[in-house]
Amino acid sequence: MTDAALPARPVPDYLHHGHTIWSWLSTTDHKRIGILFAVSITLFFTIGAVAIAVVRLELLTPAGDLVSDDTYNKLFTLHGIVMVWFFLVPSIPVTFGNFLLPLMIGAKDLAFPRINLLSWYLYLGGAAFTVATIIAGGVDTGWTFYTPYSTMFSNGAVLTAVAGVIVVGFSSVMTGVNFIATTHMLRAPGMTWFRLPLFVWAMYATSLVMVLATPVLAMTLLLIMAERWFELPIFDPSRGGDPLLFQHLFWFYSHPAVYIMVLPAMGVASEIIACFARRRLFGYAFMVYALIGIAVIGFFVWGHHMFVSGQSPYANVVFSFLSFMVAVPSAIKVFNWTATLYRGSIVFTAPMLYAFSFLGLFTIGGLTGLFLATVPIDIHVTDTYFVVAHFHYIMVGASVSAFFGGLHFWWPKITGRLYPELWARFAAVLMFFGFNLTFFPQFVMGYLGMPRRYHVYPPEFQVYHVLSTGGAALLGGAYLMPLAYLVWSLFYGRRAGANPWEAQGLEWQAPSPPPHDNFLTPPRVGDPYDYHPPEGPAALMDDAA
Amino acid sequence: MDKTRIWRLCRLPLLVWAALCVLLATTCFLAYVPMGRGNLPVSLCIAGLKAALIGAVFMRLREPNALNRLAASAGPIWLFIMFLLIGADYYTR
Amino acid sequence: MTASPFLRPPWDNLNRQHQAVSLGMWIFLVSEILLFAGLFAGYGVYRHLYPASFAKASAQTDIVFGTVNTAILMTSSLSIALAGGLARARLPRLAWYCLLATLVLGAAFLVVKGFEYREDIDKHLFPGPQFALGGTGPALFFSFYWIMTGVHAAHVSGGLAAIARLLIASRNEPAWLSGGGSEEATALYWHLVDVIWIVLYPLLYLNGRTHG
Repeated sequence: MTDAALPARPVPDYLHHGHTIWSWLSTTDHKRIGILFAVSITLFFTIGAVAIAVVRLELLTPAGDLVSDDTYNKLFTLHGIVMVWFFLVPSIPVTFGNFLLPLMIGAKDLAFPRINLLSWYLYLGGAAFTVATIIAGGVDTGWTFYTPYSTMFSNGAVLTAVAGVIVVGFSSVMTGVNFIATTHMLRAPGMTWFRLPLFVWAMYATSLVMVLATPVLAMTLLLIMAERWFELPIFDPSRGGDPLLFQHLFWFYSHPAVYIMVLPAMGVASEIIACFARRRLFGYAFMVYALIGIAVIGFFVWGHHMFVSGQSPYANVVFSFLSFMVAVPSAIKVFNWTATLYRGSIVFTAPMLYAFSFLGLFTIGGLTGLFLATVPIDIHVTDTYFVVAHFHYIMVGASVSAFFGGLHFWWPKITGRLYPELWARFAAVLMFFGFNLTFFPQFVMGYLGMPRRYHVYPPEFQVYHVLSTGGAALLGGAYLMPLAYLVWSLFYGRRAGANPWEAQGLEWQAPSPPPHDNFLTPPRVGDPYDYHPPEGPAALMDDAA
Repeated sequence: MDKTRIWRLCRLPLLVWAALCVLLATTCFLAYVPMGRGNLPVSLCIAGLKAALIGAVFMRLREPNALNRLAASAGPIWLFIMFLLIGADYYTR
Repeated sequence: MTASPFLRPPWDNLNRQHQAVSLGMWIFLVSEILLFAGLFAGYGVYRHLYPASFAKASAQTDIVFGTVNTAILMTSSLSIALAGGLARARLPRLAWYCLLATLVLGAAFLVVKGFEYREDIDKHLFPGPQFALGGTGPALFFSFYWIMTGVHAAHVSGGLAAIARLLIASRNEPAWLSGGGSEEATALYWHLVDVIWIVLYPLLYLNGRTHG
């Protein structure tokens, strides 16, 4: 009896490898875990968005007429906690990182698949505490939990909120350990370090920061719990404590955390820009050094959050100087992305539009970061909307743009479907305009003195707030549109081939969607950015004709 | 069970343990010797030595594994960064 | 050729799997070092701000309990290191007994700690309205004492659970101990718990012992 006569059974893709809910809840397949995370973070993004929608409605008028002071404080706190820890920090790594890292290096899965699943359950555990916080009436300390207000005076659900962040922090650490070990130990034969796509390098750099920074946050929040629950003196100034110690420990994590939020976006941008400029990425090696440089130098700059808190002036100078230094590798990356575009054959697909958004908005955010790193300017604009605008340009303008870019770029690979391109381009453009209308006025009013975290304000700022809220409405629409047409495409979208973008990268050698073990035949490893610009003047003439 | 083989396996760990005990006794003794501000650095150096012994022998860092050594080195380096820059504030107030 | 029963996807080479588990545990250990880093930094700041009070308060800790516990933990590190070497040398039954010794010593650490905590509470060394020492420095010292030793004890407990799991899983088949890499990972974790205590010991027990 031979096998020759038997027809080959088609290998099911990962979505159809097991049909029960239990097969999803107990999966160790990195692709399914990526999907589980994607659903979870989308839910929490919605919660954070609803919170800020109420805030922006309240801010339409100078009086505090929609919500009470307490409720307002709880709303912006919830927005910060949810958006930072339950959306942005996980976002790109746990969705695209999980899904693509093994594919991009030619592996079957991550190094520790069961730890990967544990990571998702830890996220859910932290999320449960956050929901409990909301049910218990919320917390009003701001996402930064500054002491002694959080430890001694707040009447909010500080302990549950802090517990949630500690638990979700361990989810981060687990992901980081997994990604680092995977990158070291599971690269396919021929996949040397300097053939890795920049997205993989970005995941690696992000993981370094996750592993080294997050535990410090866990301990700092544990100290809040010890002071609040057991009344142990730690940061209480009346018992010899120093509230600034809290800020040092908190920002030791929270500044690198912003690099956790932006490094993955940079990785996504590199992949999209190279593909849709049809050009090899300019200065690959320096892009790698820049990623690692940002990750490392990012640990040296946290004091720039404390210029007016009581830090010594000498420390201010040191942190200011180091903050200028960390801008250098970021600038190198912006120059290299721009150089990649130069003389490319640019295709304005939706992912590319999001990548352009990323490039422009990241540049504005980064430049305003330099203003804030300058002590005399920071003294003037600290705790104003200038700061709020700065970090939203990076976190929303850059990171969320890149997230949507990656979502569209890899949608065919993940789901096997093509999304409707025209709707996607429209949403991308709408997002760009909505975003700028929301946040540019905030730079202006911040400079003019509008403080952050205030819902009652002098009437001269109202015009800026109205513009900002109007922009937020457009932005909200721009986020809802992809939700609608992407879900539509799952049922009615055209089926995608393995490589609809003619992109480089090993993930495009796998079927769309990939099977459980990722590759049907071992992938061919080569140059990660082997895009060819048009060959010579003759080809250019043909295009122009 | 070959007794010489077992002894050869256990010899180095036992030696390290003996050294750790000697260092423990030393640091305990030196805590009672007035050295002014030197007591803290001395006790921390001895602790560092003990940690290095455990790391090198018990945790097998002395075996040629560049990856594990690279990973392990990140711990003290990042501790140093934290103390250096927090110190930059507290020592200049 | 049958694959080893310890081989887990995505690995197809047991050696690679071992190396990866070892590397993964080292990365996790570095994160654990950073977890305690915040405590060391806080301790350092307050000792810098209140040197005399910290010395006076540190003299109240029981150096006998502290030193005995340090010796216990160091010995448990020895026993788990021996277990690893014996397992790698294909002497699994001896390895299993060394692992058992580690569990017993680790439990002894917690028991001694329990006695020490009881004595500390009897001496009113927990910061609060009944706190025995006046001034701000001593209360801050003891805040860090309780938190540092408490978090450390939680890590000891976690380590004991991991060791117990190994012992139970390999009780009928000690050769399992040199299988998938979890023995080495558990041992590395246990050694770190010991190293952290070795650094805590001088900070909590050896300060303020010189008089004048």
